[in-house]
Amino acid sequence: MEKNETRPCTLSAEKEIVAVARKDFPALFDSLWANGFRILGPTLGEGAIVYDELHGVDDLPSGWTDEQDGATYRLKKRSDEALFGYNVGPHAWKKFLFPPKLRLWRAEASNNGLNIIEEKQTEQKFALIGVKACELKAILIQDQVFLGGEYADPIYQNRRKDALLIAVNCTQAGKTCFCVSMNAGPRVESGFDLCLTEVLAEDAHYFIVEIGSEQGAGIMANVPHSNQTQGAEKAIQAIATNTAQQMGRVMDTENIQALLQDNFEHSRWDDVASRCLTCANCTMACPTCFCSTVEDVTDITGDHAERWRQWDSCFTMDFTYMNHGHARASAKSRYRQWMTHKLSTWFDQFGTSGCVGCGRCITWCPVAIDITEEVSAIRANQTGGKPASSSL
Amino acid sequence: MYTVFENRQGTAVPESLPNPLLPVPYRVLQNKRNTHDVFTLDVEPVNGGNFPHFLPGQFNMLYFFGKGDAAISISGDPTTEQPFRHTIRRAGVVTQALEKLKPGGVLGIRGPFGVPWPVKEAEGQDVLLVAGGIGLAPLRPAMYTLLANRDNYRKISLFHGARTPEDLLYVTELEQWRSRLDLQVWVSVDAATRNWMGDVGVVTKLIAKASFDPLNVVALICGPEIMMRFTIQELEKIQIKSDKIFLSMERNMKCAVGFCGHCQYGPHFLCKEGPVFRYDQVQSLLGKREV
Amino acid sequence: MELLEKILAQHSFLKDLEKKYLQLMVGCASNVRFDAGTFIYREREDANHFYILRAGKVALEIHNGGCEAITIETLAAGDVLGWAWLVPPYRWHADAHVLEMTRAIALDGKCLRDKCRDDHHLGYELMMRIVPLITHQLQATQLQLMDVYGVRK
Repeated sequence: MEKNETRPCTLSAEKEIVAVARKDFPALFDSLWANGFRILGPTLGEGAIVYDELHGVDDLPSGWTDEQDGATYRLKKRSDEALFGYNVGPHAWKKFLFPPKLRLWRAEASNNGLNIIEEKQTEQKFALIGVKACELKAILIQDQVFLGGEYADPIYQNRRKDALLIAVNCTQAGKTCFCVSMNAGPRVESGFDLCLTEVLAEDAHYFIVEIGSEQGAGIMANVPHSNQTQGAEKAIQAIATNTAQQMGRVMDTENIQALLQDNFEHSRWDDVASRCLTCANCTMACPTCFCSTVEDVTDITGDHAERWRQWDSCFTMDFTYMNHGHARASAKSRYRQWMTHKLSTWFDQFGTSGCVGCGRCITWCPVAIDITEEVSAIRANQTGGKPASSSL
Repeated sequence: MYTVFENRQGTAVPESLPNPLLPVPYRVLQNKRNTHDVFTLDVEPVNGGNFPHFLPGQFNMLYFFGKGDAAISISGDPTTEQPFRHTIRRAGVVTQALEKLKPGGVLGIRGPFGVPWPVKEAEGQDVLLVAGGIGLAPLRPAMYTLLANRDNYRKISLFHGARTPEDLLYVTELEQWRSRLDLQVWVSVDAATRNWMGDVGVVTKLIAKASFDPLNVVALICGPEIMMRFTIQELEKIQIKSDKIFLSMERNMKCAVGFCGHCQYGPHFLCKEGPVFRYDQVQSLLGKREV
Repeated sequence: MELLEKILAQHSFLKDLEKKYLQLMVGCASNVRFDAGTFIYREREDANHFYILRAGKVALEIHNGGCEAITIETLAAGDVLGWAWLVPPYRWHADAHVLEMTRAIALDGKCLRDKCRDDHHLGYELMMRIVPLITHQLQATQLQLMDVYGVRK
């Protein structure tokens, strides 16, 4: 991360904590706008809680929650007016920092031969509001991918450098959640500019706000708040403990890096391949999946060409296409690649797991394949790399 | 895990390319046919800029207008000033288009990328270069480097295998190298008619016949994956250690800088940790299917 | 004879062979020489010898009926030429075409296979030396068949 010096989210040793009443919450939006931020956050759409531009506090999914399980997602009314009382939806924040589809450059055939015209980057700063702990971890993981190496991805870097991260502590966990197993939540620990904890008590609705950066402090300067926050830390901890106890899934991650690489020929890969539709939903929903492909197009005159980049998935057949064939032709090999990468080879590449336990891949899999269950099945019957012999 | 590279020459990062996703225009100086499906493009920067420095074994992404990119290893001489040279086999849409480029034609280039052959580390030792088919193209810059610093190496042996005599690359150069007294050059084809007076048989068979010190040799291999596996088997028979064997791998590449994910091979990104790997880095993967 | 024994004893093909068997081999051996352009044997001829090549170059060829012949392998000094003498019906299945003047030690396979029939331990020793040659050639042939340098579609 040393290279990413432009990141604003430096956590000071002494974290300042303030409180903001629900009635003063719109002032946060005003302060963000006044500071030139576009506000991106949760809102109702597509029958789910999705991430989109917010034009006011009223766009937040006030009083709504979600119910999730394998291949299941339903919106549900809450009995209160919580703004952030849901888990995570089908969208991940990566859609703003690593856009699903964008033009990288244009090319003109000219007298001189060829002009490559770099695409103008957006100059608008984003404030991402409502980033859960698992999601914040996912952003830090993608930082490693796009900014942590020898080269920096210019698109990601441009969008990330000015992004203001307003995290929210999870107040409830869903049936597909397992961030505790992945050491990615439920409490937001670091990497944020502001971190909100929504507190709903009898006759009280307010936010505890942890200030994580100078920029965050600057935003809060224009928001009415109270410094009377005795017991706030305790309250946050209590909420986190409560949420942690609600985790719907568990993954045993002990020695998982070797477990998957040593069980390359496990019969469970055939089993999961018989269920997997290779639809790529898991990779699209996953907040850390970063694969992309490019498409080159020309206009009808043939003088103008463009290169577009869009999300790709290791579940597609063409992903490993070479002139002499596909490296991973079978569904088995593609599922194995995805899961092994996510939980094992990611450590080799970036020093962390590629999974944050958000559960999206379980919820949004049309046939309810459950990554935690697949890990358990492999762990339960280890073959040491040899095909498991079938029992009589 | 990757400390192996600390002692090796670092990847050359072209300072003229702040955005690694953006091609730079190059003009074709010459398009020379090598075999029925292989050709060599010499190019220079359109805007008269300097040639980025490259190291033997590195590759460029060649862009043909509107068609896309192809990853092509650089096959010219890194020790002298000369145009960027790429020997290309016609295979897909992009290479078919590149094949038709004439002098004056323009293409885009991103690069150079990738980890090079360990030519510096091989100093003081015998060197084997084993090239199958088009695999001679990425090894040629290594050969130039070895020859430019001939006194720094002991015995140098080049093995080149091809399908037929008509498929041999760089025949004139092979002849020149073969005539040198300080090189062993072995050429073999899989099948030939009587016009061919050279060796017939798999290239791996020749390795046992060459003279080198198995305890003090570095082997550089580039060719189809099957051929590389068989070559490694031969080298292992004569007790060459896995950390003395280097091979250049191939996978689908798109971005070439580790962002797009396509070229992953087990834990490795071929574009930035390869294409040249020390055998013991990929040993456990080579025998596996659909990695 | 002493020279023949020395050469045979040093060749990897007969390495570590018991002295009595080595002498038996020497009894079946003779120095031969073939000029360039000649054939050591031709397809379908009786296979009664095999050859330890000492110098020169030999092409194993299969012809298609016309004058064109496809070379499937070339052999040179140190190589052992031919195993058909050990396997019924003892007939060559390729032409051994001399490309460069070749000197070799010819071994009388007919004589040896009779001796192997009487002495199975000798048979075992020879099989353990011939089978790796066959295996090696089979593996090489597999690799050639795969046409690894071709564009596969």
